[in-house]
Amino acid sequence: MNAPFDLTKNMTAGAVTRERSVDIANVSRRKFLRGVSALGGLVLAVGYSDALHAEDPPKYGADGMPHGWVDNPLVFVAIGEDGIVSIVCHRSEMGQGVRTGMPMIVADELEADWTRVRVVQAPGDEARYGNQDTDGSRSTRHFFLPMRRCGAAARQMLEAAAAARWNVAIAEVQAKNGEVVHGASGRRLGYDALAKAAATMPLPAADAIRLKDPSQFRYIGTGKLKLVDAHDIVTGNTQYGMDTRLPGMLYAVVARPQVYGGKVVSYDAAATLKVPGVIKVVAIDAREGAPQFNPLGGVAVIARNTWAAMQGRKALKIVWDDGPNASYDSVAYRATLEEAARKSGPAVRNDGDFTAAAAAAAKRITAEYYLPHLAHASMEPPAASARITQGKCEVWGCFQSPQAARDLVAKRIGMPVEDVTVHVTLLGGGFGRKSKPDYGIEAAVLSKAMDGKPVKVVWTRDDDLHNDYFHTVSVEHLEAGVDAKGLPVAWLHRSVAPTIMSTFDTAARQEANWELGMGVINVPFAIPNIRIENPEAIAHTRIGWFRSVSNIPHAFAVQSFVGELAAAAGRDPKDYLLEVIGPARVVTPKMLGDTWNHGESPERYPVDTGRLRGVTELAAKEAGWGRTLHKGSGLGIAAHYSFVSYVAVVVEVAVDAKGEVSIPRVDIAIDCGATVNPERVRAQMQGACVMGVSAATTGAITFKDGRAQQDNFHQYLVTRMPAAPREIRVHIVPGDYNKPLGGVGEPGVPPVLPALCNAIFAATGKRIRQLPIGDQLKS
Amino acid sequence: MTRLNINGKQHVVDLPADTPLLWVLRDELGMTGTKFGCGMALCGACTVHIDGQPGRACVTPISALGNKKVVTIEAIGTDKVGQAVQAAWIDMGVPQCGYCQAGQIMAATALLRKKPKPTDADIEAAMAGNICRCGTYGRIRAAIKQAAGEKGATA
Repeated sequence: MNAPFDLTKNMTAGAVTRERSVDIANVSRRKFLRGVSALGGLVLAVGYSDALHAEDPPKYGADGMPHGWVDNPLVFVAIGEDGIVSIVCHRSEMGQGVRTGMPMIVADELEADWTRVRVVQAPGDEARYGNQDTDGSRSTRHFFLPMRRCGAAARQMLEAAAAARWNVAIAEVQAKNGEVVHGASGRRLGYDALAKAAATMPLPAADAIRLKDPSQFRYIGTGKLKLVDAHDIVTGNTQYGMDTRLPGMLYAVVARPQVYGGKVVSYDAAATLKVPGVIKVVAIDAREGAPQFNPLGGVAVIARNTWAAMQGRKALKIVWDDGPNASYDSVAYRATLEEAARKSGPAVRNDGDFTAAAAAAAKRITAEYYLPHLAHASMEPPAASARITQGKCEVWGCFQSPQAARDLVAKRIGMPVEDVTVHVTLLGGGFGRKSKPDYGIEAAVLSKAMDGKPVKVVWTRDDDLHNDYFHTVSVEHLEAGVDAKGLPVAWLHRSVAPTIMSTFDTAARQEANWELGMGVINVPFAIPNIRIENPEAIAHTRIGWFRSVSNIPHAFAVQSFVGELAAAAGRDPKDYLLEVIGPARVVTPKMLGDTWNHGESPERYPVDTGRLRGVTELAAKEAGWGRTLHKGSGLGIAAHYSFVSYVAVVVEVAVDAKGEVSIPRVDIAIDCGATVNPERVRAQMQGACVMGVSAATTGAITFKDGRAQQDNFHQYLVTRMPAAPREIRVHIVPGDYNKPLGGVGEPGVPPVLPALCNAIFAATGKRIRQLPIGDQLKS
Repeated sequence: MTRLNINGKQHVVDLPADTPLLWVLRDELGMTGTKFGCGMALCGACTVHIDGQPGRACVTPISALGNKKVVTIEAIGTDKVGQAVQAAWIDMGVPQCGYCQAGQIMAATALLRKKPKPTDADIEAAMAGNICRCGTYGRIRAAIKQAAGEKGATA
């Protein structure tokens, strides 16, 4: 049916496909893993362009990601003789709306009739589709232009086919909403009739692709299209990783070590095998060394259905060796971090002379903040299915990084990568957890152990909370010297937190440049003496990316501290924040000590304090900053730059006599450049406010005897409707499509936490310095 | 052997009596619209209607169902209220990842069948058991109001 524009026929596409020549094992967020050497046999993104090929110019944006980008319409577009336009989405949908947004870009340039567009999800195949790591708030900013070019090239091929059919000049015809029209004669042909001929037209050369003028966009920027999956979602007709069904499928749950680095010494499955429905018990080996994305090992119970597998697991008798982290304890560890935070540590940025300036300052102010581990707790726990038939392995799962899943499955079960297919389902939330495909490898290992039968691995909620790649825990120590007006002239920030790098290199003790570049090293403040220190911290559990990553602790500390300084100066917090940001200016990231810049070019993406000021002023204005509130209520403000976007938040809080916190209203302003789907930008900002509130008010994973103490949602408390902000007003700064775009999925979260705590200070005079707020305000 | 009445159809399953309805629906009958989120009636992702009342399939053993009629997300659209809720959900752009939304829709439909014009307090009380980690609560509230026929609901 989809013969024209049939993609398989034209795979090479040399003219418009750029692929990386560097062969690098695929690991999600690979670009970040700079400077790590070969670990446990898995070659990570070693040094990337600047270490492996020091002579090459550095690559940024989509160019800097493994397998870069592809804009070939023969890869992304197929038009059937029924007129249905199939558009491939190669990024994973986890609620950000990418399955609507990416195809919308192609469809707009293609002049496709959206009612006739079908979205096809790409399997993990980066050589074909370009980078697929759906993380780092990158999809739109990296693929806006490639997808536009892709749609425009297809449109031009359709126009060329029509012009040839009518024997007129191409300039005389124009594609419009699913048809090509010859204005002079009034003739028109639908894409269905043209598709076959169009597919034989040459691909336009890169410099011959004519992009639309943004004023002509049909879908982009309107926010009017409904989500492509909305109908299936509301009718229960979707397929998430948890929902895969295959003929003869078996179901597995795994007893994994409860302590990081723990191992099975021995196990007795006799009782398990008597549980009705249990079929087999299989050990999964743990790998030596850093965990990376490998399964943690343990004992799997395979059964006729998930419930039987869960009952069988309960009956297992396992002797564990808890290993070196058996004494990990959150209370003791906090003391360890605090000790490190109170001593001088290695400087990672040093402007001017903090010590001298602080000594000469009119006043010195110190504060310390603590943020606990968090679990992602996506509503869909990790789940994947695998089947091996005739020497080929197929995997289905909710993966943010399907190519990594593919490579690692192939490696683990000893198959060539070409023989492994990874199908990407919908993700029931991701938040960074599903960038690590350990559960996909588990499924493949178990299918192999069952002679290739289809096996689905289901993580239960306690599995998810006990064996997460946790958001880091941190102590943030800040000191400032202020002048006679109360403005900071000296700024010291010591950030102490186990690094995500520890998941790839057990010796890693310090935050990577990309963790420091998330709002601690690159504070864009007009302060002459700035010293940022990063003392060492040892990880005792798996640490991983959590939506917004290190921006959460960094922004919380920095923006809370600015609030504290404003209070000490007796100043309005909004005016004071603007003064600390300083006048509008464009700063190179390097001047801020940031060698990472979210992987983006420092020239295309400098830090623009004018934009940070802009969102701060916009949020304040829209929130009615300065308005009179009832006793016990207050407004708090915070602004943060992350994922090359600028966000400011004003929270209105009410704290009652019992210390109960409620949030009547949040105003959030974002400047992410131009938007493809402003309606989804609003949704992401609304969601970010709820997730930020959740982390600030109740979120915490604590450890005792090496074990995460929270088993389910009665202990790991996440925000529910009654505690969510009653009203969230989103303000989007209009952008220019000819300028670089910013991220959206993550930058909304970080300023929410300090804005809330600044509001609580305004309402009660109580300064929150440790999260979660919990019952700290209860009398 | 246990007989089950699901979405108006009779099913016979040969499973231990304590097997929760959730896993019978999902693994044995192939109806995966009802979601697994916690297994302890804490998150509401598995909400179904049992004789018209919202119930958590993850803690409802099939032995407890007897002749009760179970309705799941797959069939809620045959109900007028359910259909209005689904339409409002699409119109308001409620879903983000969508995983919890089947349970949210079942809970909202049960609320509106009992209280066609719910107050904000009614909505909060009825929906507090359903977690959405993406944070779509504001739109859920607005969509319930729209399904209730309230004019000008916005999210």
